[in-house]
Amino acid sequence: MLLNQFLVLGAVLFSIGVYGVIARRNAVLVLMSIELILNSVNINLLAFSLRSGTPDGHTFALYVIAVAAAEVGVGLAMVLLMYRNRRSIALDELAEMKG
Amino acid sequence: MFAASSEAASAALTSGFFLENAWVIPVIPAVAFALIIFFGRRMPMKGSEFGILSMVASLVFSGGAIMQWIDRVNGAGEEQFIAPIVKTWTWWQSGGMEFGLGQHVDGLTLAVLGVVAFISTLVQIYSVEYLRGDRRYTHFFASLTLFSAGMMNMVVAENMIQLILGWEIMGLCSFMLIGHWWEEGANSRAALKAFFTTRTGDVGLLAGTSILFFAANDWTQKTLGVSGFSIRGLSAWALSGEPSHSAIVWGAAALFIAAIGKSGQFPLHTWLPDAMAGPTPVSSLLHSSTMVVAGVFLVARLYPVFFEGMDILGGSSNFIVIIGGITIVIAAALAFVQTDIKKVLAYSTVSQLGYMMMGLGAGAWLPAVFHIFTHAFFKACLFLGAGSISHSASHHSFEMKKDMGGLRKFMPVTFGTWVISTLALCGVFPFSGFFSKDEIIDNVGHNGYTLFMYVGLGGAFLTAAYMTRATYLTFFGEPRGAAAGEHHDDGHGDAHAAHDDHAHDDHGHHDHHDAHAAHDGHHGDSHGPHESPALITVPLVILATLAIGSGLLNAVPFGHSFENFTKWVEPRVEVISPTGLATVVGGPGASRPAAEEEGDGHSAEEGHHDSPCGKETPKDGVCVAPQLSHAEFKWSKAALSMIIVLLGMVISWVLCVQLYDRKNKALVGLTERNALLGRGYRFLVNKYYLDALYENVIVRGIAHPVSAAAYWVNQNVLDGAVNGAGNITRKVSGWVYRNVDQRVVDGTVNASGEAARGLGGFLRPVQSGKVNQYGALLFGTAAIGALVLVIINT
Repeated sequence: MLLNQFLVLGAVLFSIGVYGVIARRNAVLVLMSIELILNSVNINLLAFSLRSGTPDGHTFALYVIAVAAAEVGVGLAMVLLMYRNRRSIALDELAEMKG
Repeated sequence: MFAASSEAASAALTSGFFLENAWVIPVIPAVAFALIIFFGRRMPMKGSEFGILSMVASLVFSGGAIMQWIDRVNGAGEEQFIAPIVKTWTWWQSGGMEFGLGQHVDGLTLAVLGVVAFISTLVQIYSVEYLRGDRRYTHFFASLTLFSAGMMNMVVAENMIQLILGWEIMGLCSFMLIGHWWEEGANSRAALKAFFTTRTGDVGLLAGTSILFFAANDWTQKTLGVSGFSIRGLSAWALSGEPSHSAIVWGAAALFIAAIGKSGQFPLHTWLPDAMAGPTPVSSLLHSSTMVVAGVFLVARLYPVFFEGMDILGGSSNFIVIIGGITIVIAAALAFVQTDIKKVLAYSTVSQLGYMMMGLGAGAWLPAVFHIFTHAFFKACLFLGAGSISHSASHHSFEMKKDMGGLRKFMPVTFGTWVISTLALCGVFPFSGFFSKDEIIDNVGHNGYTLFMYVGLGGAFLTAAYMTRATYLTFFGEPRGAAAGEHHDDGHGDAHAAHDDHAHDDHGHHDHHDAHAAHDGHHGDSHGPHESPALITVPLVILATLAIGSGLLNAVPFGHSFENFTKWVEPRVEVISPTGLATVVGGPGASRPAAEEEGDGHSAEEGHHDSPCGKETPKDGVCVAPQLSHAEFKWSKAALSMIIVLLGMVISWVLCVQLYDRKNKALVGLTERNALLGRGYRFLVNKYYLDALYENVIVRGIAHPVSAAAYWVNQNVLDGAVNGAGNITRKVSGWVYRNVDQRVVDGTVNASGEAARGLGGFLRPVQSGKVNQYGALLFGTAAIGALVLVIINT
């Protein structure tokens, strides 16, 4: 069934994204992984929307794209500041917030 | 019954504005008191003008009321009952009982009211000069005015509660006035003594009033429609044959104890001589017409109660006559050993009050009331005369032996008025005292109290003797001490200049009487004795005139037409219907039912009027006064008392000349040589040891153990309880602190803190600061959540 393939694709992309968030040290790559996660969600939304024949999922997907763009904007700005201060964008070196 | 004839006999009683509004008389000085207190200091005469004006207004009011009462009596039939003018307003209500304020105006009321207003006016005028510049001048006039207001209120009182109100106002004011110069300890002690001694008697007043109220209220409400406090109700009740023996006996005895305390009767007379510590005008007012007369007035006012309760005319001696008789003799004897002129007069007052009481106790009601009337004038005159001497001649000393003598040349006016008043006091014909005192003695004998008639005659002898002694020491012989112009100390001018600054030190020898009296006639230039200014002598002359003339109001020897006082004051003894006595509740203007005469007191064919009142139970009506008879005047009896009085004067004069002037060896120092006389002298000087008895035995014997016990209770029981409670509280709070506060509350707080810290420590590793790790936790948690959702939904 077509829906299954979409969902499998979404799950694969999600897993890749989660792996990227947890395992990568490079902040830009973590941001990209988050994009992957968000887009896997988008795929799921569109798949279910197609199946039910309503435009709700499409609408949500559009919102998610907009939020993702904003998130990437903020995230890249943070990375840029991080680089300026530390000359590095390696996340495992950032432990000032340790409790 | 006898409706037609009684109406013919009884013309309608007249009344008038002053009679109907006699209740205003005590209100005027009471208002003046408030004015003096609030505005007195700012007035040009420092408040004395309010006092004098109020007294003059009261005098005018009482004068008008007396005139209208005389019209009322003269317009009435010969044997018609003259109803008192009674008014009441509700003062306060409590538990269904109403307490009224009002007026009960009859002849007795008006006689005493007139005297009080008159003497108060003169005393206030006199005080303007006598206390000029005193540091508490305004307060003196305030107290003096309130004092008169209290007496007037007592005299017009409609019921016992109002009477007690006036009685207690007087008690308070006498305390303030006797202790006017309270800076000196002796004065404030005298004030306290007067207050506490009269308070002792006042217990009797409260007890007697309550006893009579509870015994009489039902009867008076039913028969007369008035409360058991009202004076006419109690009078009618006492004579109705209704009261139980014990109630009326105990009620009368309790009331008489109050009269003993207030009127200085034996054995509570000890406060009166000490009351001389007050300024002389106070002594004059207190001893003539107000305070001390209150007790006698109480007995005269509620005479039916005493008549029945004490069984007066019952054939045997009763409580009142015995106390009166004892008082006459012991007080007169004490007057012989006094060196202080005011104390002589004080004991003389006590003795004369004894006459009044004895007269009342022996059924001589009218002579006793007449003696109140005449005594007020000559005793006020004597006291003011003593004040005049100390003011102008003896530098505020009252010591006759030390600072007086030979003053007749320097003070002719004072001397003349003094002699007139002394003769009146001794009862020499035709001075006023003769007509009252002789009548008392005569009627006491007439009513069967023969022993007490001789007591009265003996008292007359003693009176004549001690007054002669006082007159001799004051006005005759050679001037001594201050009267001779000599000074006991240096810097006399300074002493007077320092009066306002209250110079004690150089006045110690003055026996602390009027040592602080303000004094402006003496600065330096006139040290010798001289006559007092007009503000002092004019009242003296007026009073001396009355000391001669007032006796003619009831001059029994001159025939029936001279017995005006009897006619106007003595209540007509008739059996009347209860409505004739009924009061009008509501206020001025309401009409009063005319007295209706009824019953068998109407036997016109008999020459001698005879009423059943006081002898048997009245039928078809009530009585308000007992039937008393008057003694027939005989010149032989009067001559006997005259001889006794003259004998007293002559013997005393001869002894005084021998003792004080010639220094006769046989007499001087006799009390030191003769053991028996010496003992008698010491007995008198120590006032029969009554003061010692009261202070050492009663006060020390009762009050000291009581206070010691109270102290012990205070220290051990009360303080113990308080301390115990404190200790227990401290222990409890300590335990609470240790256990509840420290362990439970703090434990909880600390434990929650610990728990929070432990949890925080436990969770701290989670906050690693590593973003990846956060992400892992986020997703791990999300995964677990998803897993849970899947499990739940399948």
